[in-house]
Amino acid sequence: MTVQEVGTPRKRSEDARLITGRTRWTDNMTPAGTLHVAFLRSPFAHARITGVDTAPAKERPGVVAVFSGQDFAAEQGSLPCAWVVTEDMKHPAHPPMAVDEVRYVGEPVACVVARDKAAAIDALEEIDVDYEPLSAVVDMEAAIADGADLVHEDLGTNKSYTWVFENGDLDAAMRDAPVVLERRYVQQRLIPTAMEPRSVLCVPEGDEFTLYSATQIPHILRLMLATVTEIPEHRIRVVAPDVGGGFGSKLQVYGEEVLALLLARRLGRPVKWTETRSEGNMTVHHGRDQIQRLTLAAERDGRIRGLKVELLADMGAYLMLVTPGIPLLGAFMFNGIYKMDALSFTCTGVFTTKTPTDAYRGAGRPEATYAIERMMDELADELGIDPIEVRRRNWIAHDEFPYETIAGLTYDTGNYEAATDKALELFQYDKLRAEQADRRERRDPVQLGIGVSTFTEMCGLAPSRVLGSLSYGAGGWEHASVRVLPSGKVEVVTGSSPHGQGHATAWAQIAADRLGVPFEDVKVLHGDTAISPKGMDTYGSRSLAVGGVALFSACEKVVDKARKVAAHLLEASEQDLEFSGGRFSVRGVQEEGKTIQEVALAAFAAHDLPDGIEPSLDSDATFDPENFSFPHGTHLCAAEVDTETGMVKLRKYVAVDDVGKVVNPLIVEGQVHGGLAQGIAQALYEEAVYDADGNLTTTTMADYLVPSAADLPTFTTDRTETPATSNPMGVKGVGEAGTIASTPAVVNAIVDALRPYGVHDVPMPCTPERVWRAMRAEEKPAAAEPGAGGGLGSAGGDQ
Amino acid sequence: MPRIHVEVDGATYEDDVEPRLLLVHYLRERLGKVGTPVGCDTSNCGACTVLMDGMSVKSCSVLAVQADGLDVTTVEGLGVDGDTHPMQRAFHEEHALQCGYCTPGMIMASLDLLRENPDPSEDEVREGLEGNLCRCTGYQNIVKAVRRAASDMREPGRQEVTP
Ligand code: FES
Ligand code: FES
Repeated sequence: MTVQEVGTPRKRSEDARLITGRTRWTDNMTPAGTLHVAFLRSPFAHARITGVDTAPAKERPGVVAVFSGQDFAAEQGSLPCAWVVTEDMKHPAHPPMAVDEVRYVGEPVACVVARDKAAAIDALEEIDVDYEPLSAVVDMEAAIADGADLVHEDLGTNKSYTWVFENGDLDAAMRDAPVVLERRYVQQRLIPTAMEPRSVLCVPEGDEFTLYSATQIPHILRLMLATVTEIPEHRIRVVAPDVGGGFGSKLQVYGEEVLALLLARRLGRPVKWTETRSEGNMTVHHGRDQIQRLTLAAERDGRIRGLKVELLADMGAYLMLVTPGIPLLGAFMFNGIYKMDALSFTCTGVFTTKTPTDAYRGAGRPEATYAIERMMDELADELGIDPIEVRRRNWIAHDEFPYETIAGLTYDTGNYEAATDKALELFQYDKLRAEQADRRERRDPVQLGIGVSTFTEMCGLAPSRVLGSLSYGAGGWEHASVRVLPSGKVEVVTGSSPHGQGHATAWAQIAADRLGVPFEDVKVLHGDTAISPKGMDTYGSRSLAVGGVALFSACEKVVDKARKVAAHLLEASEQDLEFSGGRFSVRGVQEEGKTIQEVALAAFAAHDLPDGIEPSLDSDATFDPENFSFPHGTHLCAAEVDTETGMVKLRKYVAVDDVGKVVNPLIVEGQVHGGLAQGIAQALYEEAVYDADGNLTTTTMADYLVPSAADLPTFTTDRTETPATSNPMGVKGVGEAGTIASTPAVVNAIVDALRPYGVHDVPMPCTPERVWRAMRAEEKPAAAEPGAGGGLGSAGGDQ
Repeated sequence: MPRIHVEVDGATYEDDVEPRLLLVHYLRERLGKVGTPVGCDTSNCGACTVLMDGMSVKSCSVLAVQADGLDVTTVEGLGVDGDTHPMQRAFHEEHALQCGYCTPGMIMASLDLLRENPDPSEDEVREGLEGNLCRCTGYQNIVKAVRRAASDMREPGRQEVTP
């Protein structure tokens, strides 16, 4: 009982199921009578549908029904976008199944419902669709040029919106600035690639429906399904059973989910659809995909005056749940951890005939951090000072918090000095710099580069007020409830539903500590709108910093109620009771007391309760913080770059993160490792590639290179702990930090290795070919790759 | 339809199967062995890895008919008498899983790795698991888990639970 749970590296209770294969993935469930759905998808990036003949497919053995988009035109509604970022934002209708026009390869056009999956897939071949091809719109810059072909003819433009934020006098900051650097960086398009493919099963029961889905957002999904289909919300139950990773890609309302519901209603039978990886790569929303133009003005001593950011953000063909808002989440982070006098940010959302983009791990903030951290290295190079030093001269010092940034956020706390010092020591920075100098001296064909990334992120997505001021359609609070059962065991209900993060363990740790009960006595329930009635779900590293704190508050309320009951039972005044180790005792009279379990039983029996106290020991709470939380950290990467082959090998990676108070260090470390793998993958391996006709050429895991164990180094991770002040637990959130920080650290290391060769940039992913070309491009400028994100207009300080 | 005879996780099955039926679909859809998941359709991810006569195969790249007369072990067949296998325990102890979707395949592939090399170095584990993708863990703890299991399994007295 005296074990302190919070802060203990407890092994996860969810593992028992997962390591033995007794798992509830959506695709594992097949109720009797289930029909299987397969979708026919557009082979064209852009085409008019002039006819769909489903008759021959209906004749195939095992086929129950075949529908085209036209068959559902009246009832399928338009998929929702909950973030209208400007009043005049162009927001085209988005039918779950295309009706008269397709706008990206993979868009659903028709579906077959059959006895089994194989029969459904076989019958797809018999559906005859007449297409009249239209021009693909693939390149964002071309898409907004005059006379460009249009993705949505009726909108008259490929621009969805332009969003502007300005603070400080940028012109003054730029005027006469001794150093002005201009750069263009490309955030390539990524495919989130959760290991579990999407899957939906909808079970009808009269006019009520239970929809199982591999989703991050059961609560939001239920509301949106009700809105889109006009089936009343209380007749839809959404269950997210075990979910095999999300990374943002399952923070979505997908057409297949809407159609599963409509098909189940039409056919009166359970229907199931599970994507193949190849159709998933085409249709799960993609991430990133921005072109960034940056102008940074600074003094000769390295102090930043101002930053101008001009962004083109590829929306893809349609706006999905939060598509337009993603780049804006980055708008507030382009200044990073640095002080400056002026910031100007302009973002244009652009339609193209590609898969829609939306949240992907970090969502907006990795893009921003990449830009500023690459610029800081360029500035260091320009001025001939160490990249760490240039950061020190600009960052917010520990004693300056709380600090209102140029982007208008208030960073509550931070200690960039501590994290950086620790990282430098673990990394043995000076030693590696010496080795680098030696290799440069010797003209070693394998050069060593050192990459720095000091960062913060805005996470714990909450303050409903702030989200409202940014025109986001919903709030950001989170809900939890706690029930102490009559037997003294505890059930905790969380609105935040996990997909691998370990809530069942972390939440039980929090409840065990607050209530003073054994960890094993706590059960965490989640992911089912019938069990967990309220919630805003899981994304943006909000689970602990918002949901965990809601649980903390619910526990406090339970203890408060228990105190009243205990005082009554002990015939003492509440003020005289102390609560420790799960037991109320009268101050100074230790032997007189009641355990919380005894109180729970008394509250259940209700034979003798104080006036005004309702039976049973339970409570619920919501938490809506006043501010975001701001984890930060310093990452250092040493990369060996073979100048003859372009091969990059990560030799050492040190991450020191400050995520505030830690509930479970094991889980924190695991999240950092996973995040690093994803951020490094953006730097080195992953890219969704479209050809000029708008065909996705990376449809499989053979083409889209998710790194394996052999591709990644062993990480050195450590922490500093500066508690957040925006919540009573002091927690911040950890899910995205690794991804945000690592991409610039790796690319900075590669560019650093190649500085003697005049290289200022290597476009991501930094494949051997691109590294090799970047070196040659500097020798023969004409050979530069178009759109490769090379430096613009800077003389640079070559060594 | 060909008739096959297989032993899966200790039970014997005799079934008529379509020649094109993949082993993973036979396991999942016919036998209800849903502990083995599918992560891709190109045999790249390794989520579906099982043991066939002790050797690891990606069950999405094997036809059910090819398993005729063989012994198949899935993650559900590991461990005896309700006890978990040292490899399963090591994954738990080292926090080598998050969402757990890759885990059955990782565990099965790791068993085959240790069969060939009972004491692999870190690099050997990384190379050996190249065909199994994990999106959550960054692999570091998986590598640790496999090496821990290797050491546990080399201890005498633990052998009875190996497949
Ligand atoms: S499902 Fe078999 S390798 Fe991916
Ligand atoms: S634990 Fe999620 S894919 Fe490996």
